[in-house]
Amino acid sequence: MSRIHVTATVNGDPVEFLADPRETLLDALRNHLDLTGTKEGCGTGDCGACSVTVDGTLVCSCLMLAAEANGKRVETIEGMARDGLHPLQRKFIEHAALQCGFCTPGILVAAKALLERNPDPSETEIRYWLAGNLCRCTGYDKIIRAVQDAAAEMRQDHRGAA
Amino acid sequence: MHNFDFAKPSTIADAAKALAAEGAQALSGGQTLIPTMKQRLAAPAVLVSLTGIREMQGVCLGEGGLHVGAATPHAVVAREARAHYPALADLAGGIGDPSVRSRGTIGGSIANNDPAACYPAAVLASGATVVTDRRRIAADDYFQGLFTTALEAGEIVTTVIFPIPQKAAYVKFNQPASRFALTGVFVAKFASGVRVAVTGAGNDGVFRWAEAERALSADFSASALSGLSVDPAGMMSDLHGSAAYRANLVKVLTGRAVTAAG
Repeated sequence: MSRIHVTATVNGDPVEFLADPRETLLDALRNHLDLTGTKEGCGTGDCGACSVTVDGTLVCSCLMLAAEANGKRVETIEGMARDGLHPLQRKFIEHAALQCGFCTPGILVAAKALLERNPDPSETEIRYWLAGNLCRCTGYDKIIRAVQDAAAEMRQDHRGAA
Repeated sequence: MHNFDFAKPSTIADAAKALAAEGAQALSGGQTLIPTMKQRLAAPAVLVSLTGIREMQGVCLGEGGLHVGAATPHAVVAREARAHYPALADLAGGIGDPSVRSRGTIGGSIANNDPAACYPAAVLASGATVVTDRRRIAADDYFQGLFTTALEAGEIVTTVIFPIPQKAAYVKFNQPASRFALTGVFVAKFASGVRVAVTGAGNDGVFRWAEAERALSADFSASALSGLSVDPAGMMSDLHGSAAYRANLVKVLTGRAVTAAG
């Protein structure tokens, strides 16, 4: 079973590694690239803890083979904070939108993907978008409020910058 | 997962060649196949990814209706089919969750033919044509029972051609954990008559509800269904819903779909 040479961009940095065909993108991120912010929850695409974006689309990295990431642009939780925490990260802390934190990287990545498409989502749109991200601690309400608050702040900043 | 060799051809011809190998299996979005391999319920010797084949991507109008490339993810169908076939776009945009819709494809869905998948209902109700690397298969001949289709070993679904109905809608009752259809009904009204396809309910997978088609062809309104009933004997029964419950859902959702189609 020959290994596969994969070159990709992860959080803006060019990377390359040799993937076993069985390895998922999640395995590659954690084991080849030491990016352990992305978590394995269920491993079957049900929980969303492994959410990353590939060429801008949200995916479960546990259900995508590492070999399929060849030539792609991958963004993970490690790429989220730029000059200080991302507004979503700050609002999650302010609203206490996490408890154990295991689902948080996936939810932040998913929420960021939503706000890039839709800067002013309704509560319903947020809930439907995050349907694939399970949290067993918070009961979701604080997460929804944190996303709404972050979205409001980002719209404000955007208007200020314009 | 058992180990395998991975191939990612860029043409249908090369994919067909790769799939001729002993133990070869096509991989599309992988939203079902990868978990199945992790559980060791599938152990292909060669995995042939269809995601790099440009000619199997995208949505466009063509001869016979709307041509949907088999490797087009649900999210793209939801976007690109909107202007031409809104009911199909709605169905695609309601499958699973955003991550599933980013990767999962129409070809993968109908090749797998899960009895609770959404796409088989659209394909059957639209009277679509399933185009493969070998032939064209009418939807009525394509679906042959649970996880069973007319596809031969190594045959690749390349495009699905949807005739565009005058009116159509898909309504599903979600199984809230998996977001598969506990039962889903696709109603499509053509000049030649109405087609009704039901997923998530039948013992043999997706099926057409002939009595409802006759009633709705005569009178396209939810009230036309009032005298009809569905025999629970042919319905699935599991911890999410009994056969009688599903039989009732079929009728209720058909009515809702007719109303939604307008």
